[in-house]
Amino acid sequence: MGMTMTQKILARHAGLASVEAGQLIEARLDLVLGNDITAPVAITEFDKAGLTQIFDKDKIAIVLDHSVPCKDIKSAQLCAQARAFAQRFDITHFYDVGQMGVEHALIPEKGLAAPGEVIIGADSHTCTYGALGAFSTGVGSTDMAAGMATGLAWFKVPSAIRVTLTGKLPPYVSGKDVVLHLIGLIGVDGALYKSLEFAGEGVAELAMDDRFTIANMAIEAGAKNGIFPVDDQTRDYLRGRVDRPWEAVEPDADAVYDQEVVIDLSALQPTVALPHLPSNTKTVDEVAGLPIQQVVIGSCTNGRLKDLQEAADILRGRKVAKGVRCIVLPATQQIMMDAMAQGLVQIFIEAGCAVSTPTCGPCLGGHMGVLSNGERAVSTTNRNFVGRMGPTDSEIILASPAVAAASAVAGCIADPAKL
Amino acid sequence: MKIYKYGDNVDTDVIIPARHLNNPDPKALASHCMEDIDETFASTVEHGDIVVAGANFGCGSSREHAPLALKSCGVKCVIAKSFARIFYRNSINIGFPILECPEAAEAIAPGDAVSVDFQTGVIIDETSGKTFQAAPFPAFVDGIIEAGGLLHSLKARGVAK
Repeated sequence: MGMTMTQKILARHAGLASVEAGQLIEARLDLVLGNDITAPVAITEFDKAGLTQIFDKDKIAIVLDHSVPCKDIKSAQLCAQARAFAQRFDITHFYDVGQMGVEHALIPEKGLAAPGEVIIGADSHTCTYGALGAFSTGVGSTDMAAGMATGLAWFKVPSAIRVTLTGKLPPYVSGKDVVLHLIGLIGVDGALYKSLEFAGEGVAELAMDDRFTIANMAIEAGAKNGIFPVDDQTRDYLRGRVDRPWEAVEPDADAVYDQEVVIDLSALQPTVALPHLPSNTKTVDEVAGLPIQQVVIGSCTNGRLKDLQEAADILRGRKVAKGVRCIVLPATQQIMMDAMAQGLVQIFIEAGCAVSTPTCGPCLGGHMGVLSNGERAVSTTNRNFVGRMGPTDSEIILASPAVAAASAVAGCIADPAKL
Repeated sequence: MKIYKYGDNVDTDVIIPARHLNNPDPKALASHCMEDIDETFASTVEHGDIVVAGANFGCGSSREHAPLALKSCGVKCVIAKSFARIFYRNSINIGFPILECPEAAEAIAPGDAVSVDFQTGVIIDETSGKTFQAAPFPAFVDGIIEAGGLLHSLKARGVAK
């Protein structure tokens, strides 16, 4: 029986000729990742278990991104714990304030993810690197500790849903609209325990930044991972970033899928997810006019250069509406510099936005944009759960950078095409 | 023992809100457990109580603080229609029992007396007299739980040092 992309990658990393869905395997890891919230728990467990060795100092990445620059004393103590561990083991890829970025934008940018690799991260959005044809998946802190110690992780081999993309995205429609549409179709547990494998001629029409956004939110459909085939755009992205050998993996022609979903990109409209689930999707015209108090443009989902360009295109020469706070968070230092070089930061500031150093802060209601009671935000982040960005009566509407920027200008949910 | 019953898609942000993640001490996490969907949970939960929920329990953030918070509250186990995969593996890795059993999750009512046999996966609702069979763990997973969690099992095998 043929294997999916994911199954082939897992088989190779388990030293097996083939694997099948449901099989439990132990796979070799190419990268183990953690952040300032999850790594400290992993380090505590590592120490508690009496472990004293790591498997490879070049294959562990610790990125301080969630609560930094530190929002309070306790967060500073967690960062200090992670910093001390990185120093103790001379961890090569440790990123502190000044070098750090939102981890899932930073790791690909630094060339730490490549096609065919197996990556675990103690952060659910680790699935982002599937955009590069890697198997990458979110795990918890104990898995991170085990991965750091052994370079191994256990997996149940997933079956897959094939998502076939056709056509080409219309103006003002981007990867975020594709993935929100998909989650709306299959639901927040529609891909539970499974892979989402993207295929079809529409893939070539998606820029790398759109693919990162789509793979990033695979977890919001419950998926173990989301994965794209490798093409010329992927190779262009990897050039100059990854100098170790890598191998693109294609699914077998006779790979078996549980389900096929076909999405015609040409037919998509700007799409939003209303509170309190990412699957609660509407097209923007169905909910246009809903008043908002805050806009967040950034995160591991939508804090990349193309996202900022799309937001700036809307905000150029316009002003953020009175009564709306618009916070823009370029996801890495490099993205910030590129945005400055392209004049995007100037556009944002002239429009009345606050532009921040990289942080996950507002996405999880940590800092840099927490909501008050009854407030509603349009956010390019990935979750709109109860209490995610503020009190339980605050609301998050998930949207693309273009919709978020248009909404910031209008003071309510707005269609960027009709501004 | 008491039953706490919740619906579908209970996410890890409501199990333990991110604003409390700056203190990962299990007791501190326990004191805020479930507060965004059930204000009374943390103050009323007692050792041996059981959480019963719908589909996709533990979805969202990978934070291991979520099963840690429930475990630290003294919750005996979670019985759900299904579990989000990261919560599932986190629970196994820290030795916190979870049982996937749609029928039991549907039938058990708050106020019922429920007993659970983790070895066999048999769940008995003593109030209604009904018996349910949860999906058993594969032997590999049993091994992790028996060793007292993933790190101990890896140490016992000699692969983690």
